[in-house]
This record gives sequence, structure tokens and C-alpha cells, in this order.
Amino acid sequence: MIALLQVPDAPSAIDSVLLLLYVAAGALFIFGLRGLGSPRTARRGNQIAAAGMVLAILVTLYYVFDRSRTDDLSVLWWVIVAGLAIGGAVGALLALRVQMTAMPELVAAFNGFGGGASALVAFAAIVATDTVVATNTPYATETEITVGLSIAIGVVTFSGSFVAYGKLQGVITGRPVALPGGPYFNLVLAILMTAASVWAIVANEPLGYWILAGIALVLGVTGVLPIGGADMPVVISLLNSLSGVAASMAGFVIGNQGLIIAGALVGAAGFILTVQMSEAMNRSLSNVLFAGFGTEGAGPIDAGDKPVNSATPEDVAISLNYAQTVLVVPGYGLAVAQAQHAVRELATALEERDVTVEYAIHPVAGRMPGHMNVLLAEADVPYDVLLDLDHSNPKFPNTDVVLVVGANDVVNPSARDDSGSPIFGMPILEVDRAATTVVIKRSLSPGFAGIDNPLFYLPSTMMLFSDAKGAIEHVTEALLEL
Amino acid sequence: MSPEFIQGIVVFVLAAFVGFEVISKVPPTLHTPLMSGANAISGITIVGAIIAAAYADGALAIILGLLAMVFATINVVGGFLVTDRMLEMFKKKPVVKK
Repeated sequence: MIALLQVPDAPSAIDSVLLLLYVAAGALFIFGLRGLGSPRTARRGNQIAAAGMVLAILVTLYYVFDRSRTDDLSVLWWVIVAGLAIGGAVGALLALRVQMTAMPELVAAFNGFGGGASALVAFAAIVATDTVVATNTPYATETEITVGLSIAIGVVTFSGSFVAYGKLQGVITGRPVALPGGPYFNLVLAILMTAASVWAIVANEPLGYWILAGIALVLGVTGVLPIGGADMPVVISLLNSLSGVAASMAGFVIGNQGLIIAGALVGAAGFILTVQMSEAMNRSLSNVLFAGFGTEGAGPIDAGDKPVNSATPEDVAISLNYAQTVLVVPGYGLAVAQAQHAVRELATALEERDVTVEYAIHPVAGRMPGHMNVLLAEADVPYDVLLDLDHSNPKFPNTDVVLVVGANDVVNPSARDDSGSPIFGMPILEVDRAATTVVIKRSLSPGFAGIDNPLFYLPSTMMLFSDAKGAIEHVTEALLEL
Repeated sequence: MSPEFIQGIVVFVLAAFVGFEVISKVPPTLHTPLMSGANAISGITIVGAIIAAAYADGALAIILGLLAMVFATINVVGGFLVTDRMLEMFKKKPVVKK
């Protein structure tokens, strides 16, 4: 197989052209990613990247076809066609039917499939060397190492992504699950994986790769389980980066630079994003991955008998009616309740009364960076009224009413004031500095981080206990009756 | 190490630097579509899957090749489509107000 897949020593003219076309596909990916960096060009950027993918696929199909003629090799076209048909149908169905609120889960799942595919490609290469095709091509050690890396990284991405999927779907508990031995448990797994790879390579024993895959499957699960649901965005981003690296390693295995380029791009992009998200929570990446964050404060919160201003939708409507500036702070509760359209209708009603409505978006609001932006965009909220952390915070002291819809930890003042708080130091949206803060929430229960929020007990805070969508709709009705 | 392998490493390192440069300027608004789009690009492994499927010999190799094809195609088709669906919704503020 390796002999078939890798570039021949003296490439023919047609091979050279095909190789250059892979580089062209790589260039389209770079243009595409750059386009994704700005709201105006993002859609076009994605289409350019997709065009690069179509090019890479066509080039590969032609390569296979061409070699089948010149070298008289039989090609299993039905496997290729069946794979494209099944995968295309499943992928399209999932992509077109998903609710925007479930986007993080879906990206995690797609990511898992990508990682799994890279591992399978590496396995296919091993199986082929075992049999007829490559009897005359002994593996070079460096190629064997990349086979091991493809399998290890690909399989960890696969199982890790589906655990992240389960946590976001609520199938698996969002709370961190403590492992026996803590982080050392996974360290032992990593050492075992290294041992299995060394055995596979030195003893030329394919069984070693299967053992490696088995342990990697476990590591993906035990690597993600101890991480709290609130940190899943960081985890998905990291797994995205890993799936890129796995693709790149598969590129080394089959000697294809298109894979190496695209995989490295995604690996780097995903990693940058991962670090940016950790920084947004004022934590290091290793703290996110290994600290089991949220375990200590996970018990029920003793709210005691601290006084709470409980408000009705009518109270909130009156406050909003007399406001000049309103800032909406959305959180995961908005996604769960599918309240984005209701929020948009309320904002329209307010704008008709000359109230300025803007949105303050915390970088880690929701379960994915930019999650809130996507939801609000779905509800036709223009992106230029969505403010980020640095632009929102100076505005709160001059804001009449802040509407917190289903957000909790990202507006918790103890991150700023209480050095004993587990989230101390995390940048927050300082909604407590506004004249009035309305918090729409089902109950006083703590957020994903499992800590109490002093914001709820401030005299300037009105609590509207309800599910986000119903509450907003009631407020809008009450407003229209005023 | 073979010259091809060294060349591969050079390409890998340079592409990683390009990835860092291109991504570091993206506003948070676009982080989700970016992640989703990058994820679709990592489906490039479909190239490997096609080759693995084409030359599979024996039942095990065919199963591996077919699974690789299905997984990679889900990643590619689903990834690009869902990213496009998200980005379709990003609109600028309409000029006419009230």
C-alpha cells in the first residue's frame, strides 16, 4: 500500500500535475480560513475552502483512475461510491436538520468522525502491508511512527469528541467525573500507549497498533470525563486541533502533502482558539484539562434566607419602558429555551419606543465560543450590535436596564471581588454596575461552575423566575399593553 | 530519514505557522463558524480514505476502507454545509431604522 500511495521516485508528468493540484487545494484552504476571519467574507471563505476540498477529492479520484489504467490495478469503485453516498447523506441530513442551539454537539460529532477517519486510514495502511500489495516495501521507521501517531491521536479525538457530545446533550453528566488516581490515571494510559507503539514498531508486530487503538479509545473517554461541562468549548476546540494533527499524520503515512498542509492548518488554528478560550476564563489550558474544575463547589448551594427581589413580567416591562439604553446579556439558558427569536421581538418592540438595545456577549457564554452570536444571528439580530467583553464593560455604568437571559457564571461578581471564589480572576460582564439588572432564570440554582452568585441578592437586581422564552414573551406582551 | 519525510516536516511546520497567522485575528463572533469550518477542512483525510478504499484487499481492509470513507465524508459534507448554514444568517444591520 505504501508503494502505491507514496510519490514514485521519478514522478510522471501527470503525477507532478496532480501533486501541484494538491498544493492548490491547500492554498484554497488558506484563503478560505482567512475569509472566515471577517463577517463580510466568512460565507465566501467557507465556500472557497469547500471548493478546495472538492478539488482535492477530484484529483484523488483521477489519480486512482489513472493508476488503474497504467498499472492495471483493480479498483474497488463500489467501496468509494458507497462511502461517498452513505457519508454524504448522513452528513447532509445532520447538517440541514440540526437546531442552531445544538450546534456545539454537532461540531463535536463531526470532529469525532474526522479523527476516526484518520485513524482508519492508518489502519488500512497497516492491513495492506500485511498482505499482498506491499510485500516488497518495508516500512521506514519514521513512517511507522506516523502510523502510530495517526492512530493514537485519531482514536483519542474520536472517543473524546463523542464523550463531549454526550456531555453537551446531557446523556453523560456535565459534572466532572473523578478518576482513580486523578490525572495520573491518564498518564499511565499514555505510557502504555507509548509502550504498545514501541512494541509494534520494533517487533514489527501489527497487533501493537490494535492495542494502541484500544487504549486510545479509553484515553479519549477518561481524558474528557473529568472535565466539567462548562469547559466543553475548550475541549471541543482542542479536539478539533487534534483532528487536524491526526489528518496531517495520515498525510505522512500515505505521503500526501495536501493532507499535511490542511491538517497542520487546522491543528494550528484549533490550538490558537483553544488558548484564547482558556485565557478568556483566566485559566491555563492545563488547569482546564487536569484540574477537575467545579468538583469542589458541586454540592447544593445554601442560599440561606438572603432576600431576593422577585419580579413579575409587568415590573420588568415598566422598567424597560422607561429605559433609554438596554443591554441584553445572553447565556446558555437562552439556547436551551430557544429564546433567541423572542429576544429579538422584545428588542424590536423596544426599538420602536426609541430604546437603544445592544447585546453584551461574554467570550465563553454558551457552550462554545461565538455560540450566542450564531443564535442571535439566526434571529436576524445584526452582528454590529453584538458587543464583546472589552466594549461592553465600559457601557454598564451608563446602562439603564441590563437583561440577563440565562447567563450565570459570566456575570458573577465574585469572580472580581472574592479572592476565595473558584472562578476568581475570570473576566466577567460587570452587569452589577448598571442601574437595574433583570435576571431571567428558572431558579436560584448555580451555573455549570457550581457556585453561588451574589448578583442575585443585590438591591438593584430583579429576579424573574421563569424559563427564558416564556419570560421574554410575557415581558413583550406586557410592554405592548403599556 | 527519507528526503520525502523531511520535506513533509518542512511543509507541516510552515503550514502550522500560516495557520497561526491566519487565525489569530478572528473576532469572537466568528469563533463557532471558524471552528466548524476548520473542522470540515480536517476532513481532508477523505483523500487517504479514497485511496485506502480503492486498493483494499480482503474483508478487513474493505471494512476499514468503507468506514474511513463514510466517516470522512460525513465530516466533509456535514462540516461545510453546517458552516454555510450558520454564516448565511450573519447579516449586517439594515440601513433603514424604523
